[in-house]
Amino acid sequence: MTIRRATKPPPEENSTDLSVKLGTLELKNPILVASGTYGAGQEGAEFVDLASLGGLIVKSMTLSSWRGKPPPRMCETPSGMLNAIGIQNKGVDHFVQEDYPWLRKRGVTVIASVAGNTVDEFVRVTDKLRTAAQQISALEVNISCPNLEDRDNMFAHSPEATAEVVEGVKASMPRRPVFAKLSPNVTSLTEIAEAALEAGADGLSLINTVFGMSIDVETRRPKLAGTVGGLSGPAIRPVAVRAIHEIHQAFPHVPIIGQGGVGSAADALELMLAGASAVAVGTMNFVNPRSPIQVAKGIADYMRRHGVDSVADLVGAVKLEG
Amino acid sequence: MTLLMGTGEVLSHKKYGEHYHALTIVAPEIGESVRPGQFVNIQCGEGTAHILRRPFSVYRVHKRGGWASTIEIVFDIRGPGTKHLSSLRAHASVDLVGPLGRGFAMPSKRAHCLLVGGGIGSAPLFFLADELRNEGHRVDVILGARTAGLLLNQIDARRLASVCRICTEDGSAGETGRVTDLLEETMERCKTEIVYTCGPHPMLAAVSRVAMDRDLPVQTAVEELMACGYGVCMTCVMPLRQKRHGGKEAEAEYVYARSCTEGPVFDGSQVIWDGTTPSSTEAVSVDQSELSPAGMPTRHDFPPEPADEHAPPGN
Ligand SMILES: Cc1cc2nc3c(=O)[nH]c(=O)nc-3n(C[C@H](O)[C@H](O)[C@H](O)COP(=O)(O)OP(=O)(O)OC[C@H]3O[C@@H](n4cnc5c(N)ncnc54)[C@H](O)[C@@H]3O)c2cc1C
Ligand SMILES: Cc1cc2nc3c(=O)[nH]c(=O)nc-3n(C[C@H](O)[C@H](O)[C@H](O)COP(=O)(O)O)c2cc1C
Ligand code: FES
Repeated sequence: MTIRRATKPPPEENSTDLSVKLGTLELKNPILVASGTYGAGQEGAEFVDLASLGGLIVKSMTLSSWRGKPPPRMCETPSGMLNAIGIQNKGVDHFVQEDYPWLRKRGVTVIASVAGNTVDEFVRVTDKLRTAAQQISALEVNISCPNLEDRDNMFAHSPEATAEVVEGVKASMPRRPVFAKLSPNVTSLTEIAEAALEAGADGLSLINTVFGMSIDVETRRPKLAGTVGGLSGPAIRPVAVRAIHEIHQAFPHVPIIGQGGVGSAADALELMLAGASAVAVGTMNFVNPRSPIQVAKGIADYMRRHGVDSVADLVGAVKLEG
Repeated sequence: MTLLMGTGEVLSHKKYGEHYHALTIVAPEIGESVRPGQFVNIQCGEGTAHILRRPFSVYRVHKRGGWASTIEIVFDIRGPGTKHLSSLRAHASVDLVGPLGRGFAMPSKRAHCLLVGGGIGSAPLFFLADELRNEGHRVDVILGARTAGLLLNQIDARRLASVCRICTEDGSAGETGRVTDLLEETMERCKTEIVYTCGPHPMLAAVSRVAMDRDLPVQTAVEELMACGYGVCMTCVMPLRQKRHGGKEAEAEYVYARSCTEGPVFDGSQVIWDGTTPSSTEAVSVDQSELSPAGMPTRHDFPPEPADEHAPPGN
């Protein structure tokens, strides 16, 4: 019988230096948790020491609270899941008043994820963060949101809208690294990435969930009340690896936070070898909230085994020829 | 609350009737702290074909002190997860997280409690009945199912209850009909003061409505689809009525509350069950296995998406 108290994780014995730099963003290790899969940390703190994470990308926040979509909001699919949550969150004010002080007290590296329906909303959320949450380490811009001013097309699907949001956010908080989180559901990822970078993005997060849909054949109704949802989990890892590879080849000096189907060190390494400097664990946190810690440890083991001194040496180190 | 995550050892696998499987798992720290209505989230099998854990109510607890306390879960085979669990035998290990969620509120003073269970949904009510009796409350039970084989452990139900009424839709055991047909009469006869219920949504809705008509507190345990079970993913929400400033309730004012952390037990009078709550005389199924294989009833009649936010398809 080996039930352990969740509050006392076993001590880590990592001598390998896992620190990594993404431009000006310095992380103690390359393993983060993905937005929307760890809340604002309170629940995960039952299982892990949040300060030992490379960083925590909090659930996307909007200007006022969003109630989200009606249930059912998820269904399991082969090696993954579909979700249609609709960014249910309590709004940026709640974050700066409640979550941020709590995270600060615990020494957590916080990356704030910003969302909205208009460029102005993105900017006003960022304004509030600049005023009341200065010590966040970076911003992630969740542009996988419908743009009210463009017939609900997603910002992430238009180079112009992507650029406008990134520019606005960057202008509001110029001293913090801004990562644009791109959607894989586009024809040319490189085109969107270029637009984000030209608008001032310091880095890119790749990838957000992949559009999907599932139907109950008995009732002939979509399994999600929202009909269409976002696919995540191991099922999308090859999509993430390909996206990261493409963008890293096109923009070799741009730091990438890889995400998509990571649950083990091998999974994370795959994204890193494709070009990610850091990797966020998402859906697999639902199964094992300790997986980010275990992934980081596994990367240290790999580095020892392969005689790698620095995480940076792994980034984009896929051997394409020879 | 301290959450535990680790492996427990299967002590025994048995069957209740021809339908239900039960696993007794040695999980001392969960066994010592779990409350009725709480659940455990179990990893069902290896590999990544089905990644998510499956939630199960704690059906029984055997506190044996020290390192020997066990929890028992019961389930019917629905899909790959429950199929895997049904293959486990003594000494197998299971990876579980728990105790999760908010359990049933216990009566503040000695009370007459009516427990209403449908099919496999009756599972958490057995643990609850044990605890209520230990605390000196009167326990009455209505247990229903579509057919006799789907009644969960009626022998124990009869043993635990002062008054125990059994019903099946096909009349193969007990009275013919649905639990809701027996509700008002039983409440009258047993001088019910508090109602506890677990089962399919239409049943919870109907029971809540009858209880509310009589001004009785009603505690409902829901079973929503859950991805994480510990409060981070926001998939498991239930619409709850929200009190306006000044205390006046408005139908339009609601919030989505996580059933894994704020539930799975909710005050039935706070839940917006459907667009239209069925009346107690309408047909109400008490058999959860009806949800399968056709799947969860997709409740598109829940409150519509608010017009003022344009949320993305996913996330
Ligand atoms: C808090 C809680 C407590 C639960 N307690 C019990 C219990 O004590 N005993 C028990 O047998 N089951 C219980 N369930 C339901 C149980 O979790 C599902 O039966 C299980 O996840 C099915 O997994 P599977 O892989 O076998 O089937 P899947 O292939 O995942 O599902 C089979 C079918 O069942 C439906 N289903 C899946 N999950 C649920 C759910 N949560 N509620 C209703 N239908 C569902 C699916 O839509 C599908 O159509 C509980 C659920 C929750 C949320
Ligand atoms: C339930 C759920 C909620 C999510 N919420 C958000 C969100 O609020 N903002 C965001 O940028 N991404 C969100 N995501 C996307 C994840 O951050 C991640 O990019 C994606 O799921 C791919 O990683 P994974 O396969 O490891 O989950 C969410 C994903 C899931 C499964
Ligand atoms: S199941 Fe994840 S929040 Fe409830």
